[in-house]
Amino acid sequence: MTKFDFTRRGVLKTGVATGAGLALPTIFTSQANAFTNEPTGDTVTLGFNVPQTGPYADEGADELRAYELAVEHLNGGGDGGMLNTFSSKVLDGTGILGKKVEFVTGDTQTKSDAARASAKSMIEKDGAIMITGGSSSGVAVAVQGLCQEAGVIFMAGLTHSNDTTGKDKKANGFRHFFDAYMSGAALAPVLAKMYGNDRKAYHLTADYTWGWTQEESIKAATEALGWETVETVKTPLAAGDFSSYIAPVLNSGADVLILNHYGGDMVNSLTNAVQFGLREKQVNGKNFEIVVPLYSRLMAKGAGENVKGIFGSTNWHWSLQDEGSKAFVQSFGQKYGFPPSQAAHTCYVQTLLYADAVQRAGSFAPCAVVEALEGGDSSLPGIDSPANKGFLFDGLGNGQTLYRSADHQCFKDVLVVKGKDNPTSEFDLLEVVEVTPVSQVWYEPDHPMFAGGSLGECNNGA
Amino acid sequence: MDAILLQILNGLDKGSAYALIALGLTLIFGTLGVVNFAHGALFMMGAFCAVTVSRLLSLSFETVDPTKLDFLGNPAKVKTPYVEAWFGPEAGGAIIDWAVPLSILFAIPIMIAIGFAMERGLIKHFYKRPHADQILVTFGLAIVLQEIIKLFYGANPIPTPAPDAFKGSFDFGVLLGFDPNVIIYPYWRMVYFLFATVIIGGVFSFLQFTTFGMVVRAGMADRETVGLLGIDIDKRFTAMFGLAAAVAGLAGVMYTPINSPNYHMGMDFLVLSFVVVVVGGMGSLPGAVAAGFLLGILESFASMNWVKDIIPGIDQIIIYVVAIIILLTRPRGLMGRKGVMED
Repeated sequence: MTKFDFTRRGVLKTGVATGAGLALPTIFTSQANAFTNEPTGDTVTLGFNVPQTGPYADEGADELRAYELAVEHLNGGGDGGMLNTFSSKVLDGTGILGKKVEFVTGDTQTKSDAARASAKSMIEKDGAIMITGGSSSGVAVAVQGLCQEAGVIFMAGLTHSNDTTGKDKKANGFRHFFDAYMSGAALAPVLAKMYGNDRKAYHLTADYTWGWTQEESIKAATEALGWETVETVKTPLAAGDFSSYIAPVLNSGADVLILNHYGGDMVNSLTNAVQFGLREKQVNGKNFEIVVPLYSRLMAKGAGENVKGIFGSTNWHWSLQDEGSKAFVQSFGQKYGFPPSQAAHTCYVQTLLYADAVQRAGSFAPCAVVEALEGGDSSLPGIDSPANKGFLFDGLGNGQTLYRSADHQCFKDVLVVKGKDNPTSEFDLLEVVEVTPVSQVWYEPDHPMFAGGSLGECNNGA
Repeated sequence: MDAILLQILNGLDKGSAYALIALGLTLIFGTLGVVNFAHGALFMMGAFCAVTVSRLLSLSFETVDPTKLDFLGNPAKVKTPYVEAWFGPEAGGAIIDWAVPLSILFAIPIMIAIGFAMERGLIKHFYKRPHADQILVTFGLAIVLQEIIKLFYGANPIPTPAPDAFKGSFDFGVLLGFDPNVIIYPYWRMVYFLFATVIIGGVFSFLQFTTFGMVVRAGMADRETVGLLGIDIDKRFTAMFGLAAAVAGLAGVMYTPINSPNYHMGMDFLVLSFVVVVVGGMGSLPGAVAAGFLLGILESFASMNWVKDIIPGIDQIIIYVVAIIILLTRPRGLMGRKGVMED
């Protein structure tokens, strides 16, 4: 026999709970506008969602500096930075579509749930029309999903997992940063050239989406060149001391250690590996080598001396001598007194690319922006592929770059870097060894490492 | 065999850190009856004493070198540390190189002072409150301390290398007749282990062989009776809080070359140290030390590849599994005494 709770109190409780449940998803339903957060006044609000607390707070602070600089340039302040070098000339320093750019910030804490909550609050309470930023792939995938549902554009910050524009790609989401596959494809030939084709590699891998795709990518790329993979070991995030994972490496017969770690984990595992004297050892008659597939200058600083001579890849570096990079480093350096990080660069560029797309589309409506970013028929020279089309631009620091229509991923040259042996300043930690041409890091949208997802339909929300 | 030896060695330095922190936690709990969740923060503050000393020693003045350019194309500023200008580049360089061991001298008074300030300023007011209140206030304090550190030093890890003399690693395997490169162990980790042994030995002899220590032990056993004998036990317990803070601080100072310190390193160690205390037995000093080393070594074993192949993810939960087993079989921990934390 079932007993129903038909007391006054019971009914009230149920009613309140149901009411709260119904009232929750108002951001998806309750506006009468044509699209979510349609700007009606003479300003437009962007939402910068960066880690302001937690282990990536320094990287987040650099992203925020870049965003503030981008807003300043969009509103006609400062020296204009990359607006002067950008191949698209529709932005004129009067804001976006004549509306002054304002911004709100959120704190991702580098936690998916916190990042979603802060993005949601910026969309719901502050009326942000676009969300951008972040320093982790876990966060990027989570926030991208939220933006898709809410009907706003997401311009990813630093996220390097294949999944962001692979199985988790969304129509409203765009990534300028490179990905793990590109790192592997760019790095492997350089490694083969430096260390030979007959190498045995041991992987330590951060146990989350980015680590998995990073390991898969670099493993495939090095094996294709004749390397053998001895062992792959997943390490817990923020393991602290990696000595118990490092110690067995020498005895495994491997002569290369690949650290698929980022941030604090990279600093610790690399420091531990150097402590154990791995780099002075000889194995299989060869010098033992360490590789860090994804470098960040801010993190390299944490590892100090230990990065010297170690190869990796990066999306952008302040020492690049093209006009766009020089202009960006100049205005960032003037304003803040030190050169920007790759995280700052990608965030600055994403903001400009968004503004430019809105300007070209003549509308803030997300589907119009998506159309402007993916709709172009231009393509990268020298790549013969039906997928080679989208929005082609130049002058933003990586040479000719394609925002590919098929998956909203940017394709551009990739930098292979090495920890500098004789740094001349505290910022001079990495030297660019090779600029790998985009044709070498190109992949088809249905590549197995990216398969499984679909962009779906763009969402205007409202 | 070689792999097992290697992981025992590996467990020793991790165990040293656990043991030192757990020793301080147990001292505070045994004397003052306070569960101090800010103890990990003391470990972190110690590490940042080393960071501060190495920063102070490398304080530099800037001279403009017109032959070099900085990243904006202006003439570069070259930094010269004051100590190098005063004592010559060689002696000055050596002083900077030895910054971490030198920090010990600086850290002892600072950490004792921080300990006193914490106990007199805040924790004192919570003696008569329930344990839950003590945990909340000390946990809050830990968060405040780490946010202060983050404000001044940023969130990124800060490299604090060991002196050059201790760089690299020692090949134990050759000594024991194994092939070269099979059992290697970094010099600084050996230093850390020896240092921990000395500190632990020092604390035990202090408690065992001095009158002060005897009174403290008597107070831990029966606070009331010692008080009735006309001894101001509170003052001595405050001193023990200072001592515990210094032990945690020194553990942090010497840990900096092993892993670059950051603001949340204390929290990473805190939870494990509590498990160590519980496994060792609440209020038992030898238990805390023994459990520290035991869990350090077990954790190392659990991260071996063939162990992980049998039970995936065991490296992340081993400590808690051991804690559950110990608590089921010996509810008072390895060396716990009856009547502690049971009222």
